[in-house]
Amino acid sequence: MANIARNVLILAAALSGAAFSAPAVAQNEQFIPILSYRTGPYAVNGAPYANGVVDYYNLINERDGGINGVKILFEECETAYATDKGVECYERLKSKGPTGAAFINPLSTGITFALTEKTATDKIPIITMGYGRADSKNGAVFAYNFPLLGTYWSAADIAIQHVAKELGGFDKLKGRKISLLYHDSPYGKEPIPMLQVLAQKYGFEFTPIPVTHPGVEQKSQWLAIRQQRPDYVLVWGWGVMNSTAIKEAAAVAYPREKMIGVWWSGAEPDVTPAGDQATGYKSLMLQHGAGKFPVHADVEKYIYAKGKGSTEPAKIGEVLYNRGMTNAMLGVEAIRKAQEKFGKKPLTGEQVRWGLENLILTAARIKELGFEGMLKPVSISCSDHEGARYGRVQQWDGKGWKVISDWYTADESLIEPLVADVSAKYAAEKKIKPRDCAKET
Amino acid sequence: MLYREAGQFKTTYAEDMAIFPIRQDRIALAILLGIAFIGVPLLATFRIWPFGSDYLLWAILLPFLILALAAIGTNILVGYCGQISLGSGAFMAIGAYSAYKLATGVHIPLASLGFAIAIPPLPVLASILLGGFMSAGVGILFGIPSLRIKGLYLAVATLAAQFFFDWAFLRLPWFTNYAPSGSVNAPELDFFGVVVRTPVERYLLCLLFVTVLAVLAKNLVRGNLGRQWMAIRDMDIAAELIGIRPLYAKLTAFAVSSFIIGVAGALWGFVYLGSWEPLAFSIERSLDLLFMVIIGGLGSIMGSFIGAAFILIVPILLNVLPTELGLPLSTQTITHLQFIIFGSLICYLLIKEPHGFARLISIGKEKLRLWPFPY
Repeated sequence: MANIARNVLILAAALSGAAFSAPAVAQNEQFIPILSYRTGPYAVNGAPYANGVVDYYNLINERDGGINGVKILFEECETAYATDKGVECYERLKSKGPTGAAFINPLSTGITFALTEKTATDKIPIITMGYGRADSKNGAVFAYNFPLLGTYWSAADIAIQHVAKELGGFDKLKGRKISLLYHDSPYGKEPIPMLQVLAQKYGFEFTPIPVTHPGVEQKSQWLAIRQQRPDYVLVWGWGVMNSTAIKEAAAVAYPREKMIGVWWSGAEPDVTPAGDQATGYKSLMLQHGAGKFPVHADVEKYIYAKGKGSTEPAKIGEVLYNRGMTNAMLGVEAIRKAQEKFGKKPLTGEQVRWGLENLILTAARIKELGFEGMLKPVSISCSDHEGARYGRVQQWDGKGWKVISDWYTADESLIEPLVADVSAKYAAEKKIKPRDCAKET
Repeated sequence: MLYREAGQFKTTYAEDMAIFPIRQDRIALAILLGIAFIGVPLLATFRIWPFGSDYLLWAILLPFLILALAAIGTNILVGYCGQISLGSGAFMAIGAYSAYKLATGVHIPLASLGFAIAIPPLPVLASILLGGFMSAGVGILFGIPSLRIKGLYLAVATLAAQFFFDWAFLRLPWFTNYAPSGSVNAPELDFFGVVVRTPVERYLLCLLFVTVLAVLAKNLVRGNLGRQWMAIRDMDIAAELIGIRPLYAKLTAFAVSSFIIGVAGALWGFVYLGSWEPLAFSIERSLDLLFMVIIGGLGSIMGSFIGAAFILIVPILLNVLPTELGLPLSTQTITHLQFIIFGSLICYLLIKEPHGFARLISIGKEKLRLWPFPY
């Protein structure tokens, strides 16, 4: 009995200690939360991404002493790609630091859906680079959502453009069969309306094939593909689902050259587990691919040489690592932009939102940042929260990713009506009065 | 000495049959309700520690209350009536999606018959309650097999409900009003002109639902119906011999349990998540609820609350603690440690006390009564 009482006392002491010992916070710090997943079925893809983000923030602190002298303070929270944990993490981190969270990257479309309303209330921008809700491109309705560099509707359009090019023209699409193998979640379902629009326009037959989370069981789906023999299979997978899809394709002898993954299905962890079977597999690129650029030299010099890196040096320059860095860079640049208006001090989420909405990265600035060759110019505005709609296609040759196409630009004339339609519905449902973008400064 | 009934004379039958016959229990409950209804909102409004940020309300208390409600529902079926159910997540989903459909307006085109069923959008309160009733209806339907099959076999039948509704809400676009992503948004929480928006308001709303339903459940389980359930649980043949109809007893258990779970599901979607996908009500939710009930104590309303708190809060605590203490551990180590420690805790608890926290509390009460002269 005495033992138990003592244990309880120790526990209580530990708890109260935890509650009261708030870490000493220096005032000149900008807090940025990192929602990451290094465990669970999506960890193989979540971890390199998070490493890229962490290394870039560390680089800014080590090399530049912060953003114009304002140090970046960050904290990771493990979501395991689960929506409820993501919401808990968001609540845990949103008001930390002197001014609260600058912005948030959930790296999950499901969590993005769950947070969209909350972030608007809390006035914290939510950056969903290359994922999230496609309709949130419309900043007039989604003031706090930023699906930077490309939404799934842009991705769907770019994928079909590439298919048309391989076939020899858009007119050749008529009567073809294109299937979408998708992760059965908001993430995988996002491209469907766009693909339906495209199917109608170009006259191809579109079949969506869902795969249940986490995607290790795909036998029946590939049986269906074997029976239907589609001309192309688009893969909208994540985590372990991607490599499984490639293995199953090999099992039913579906040519990997006819598979095109979205930019979340085109990294090293997606192909290497499938070994030789992955050779020939193609995927979209969210602008950048794998490889090292000038910014990587800085990361190696300022972070890895000092032993502060978050991964093995050999993994610097992997696709998802680069994406994490790009994402972190866009966030940092938005803060820098906002500092021009609000002063060089820690900023609130609302102020960073202004920075994001007015962020313009020219080719010269991108070169200065060391991202030349990874990124094309970005220009974000109230009516366009996406900022850029470019993509390329890469192919796995068994050892590395090879870029096999020119730049594609998503066709805005097709996407815009869908964005306007779906976002108007959301505005009506949530009683949001769209902002007048002409009056925004 | 403090917890002793000596001197509390009951002079009427009503007093003898009161829901909390011991005065100390009533006082404790009153204090608890006082804290929950007045203390917490006051502290949260003036942002006094530990309510400095919304975290405690949003991420701990709100899900705790709703899951505790769902656990009460599960406990009625599993703990009181002895029908093992793995379909609680599905019943939550039915509550949530029915409430969503009712709140946004139902339109069923019956082209072959030449007309359409159209129900205009209902007020939120009505939608949530009707969501509960819808869930009760489906619960009765899936309860019918329980008349023939028992134990693990019934668990499998309810598992079928879980997978069927997972599938239905994922695949039938009608349920999600044809949302392209399959994710639905809860309507504005307008209760007769009072719009619930802030965390404190949401908390109070859930607290109200939980208190009312918990008191109803507590009352139900000590009455005629509850005794029938427990008789069926303890030995169904003997129960039949003393004149209890298994059909009625089992199906009412399914109905009441599903109703409460359905309301909890609607609250989970509308009040806590605000926007959700079928994954929010997956098999993991069902298992969580079952664990809450087993760890909290089968056949105890109080146990449902403690079980919900344990399953929900201990992992979060284990996850937050190392960072707050400033231990230099990576998030992945922390998460793995969390699984290891939490798993061991469950094992330890179930070895030490297989009947869960509720049993620990009743042992504690017995000891308090005798204290300081134990024998």
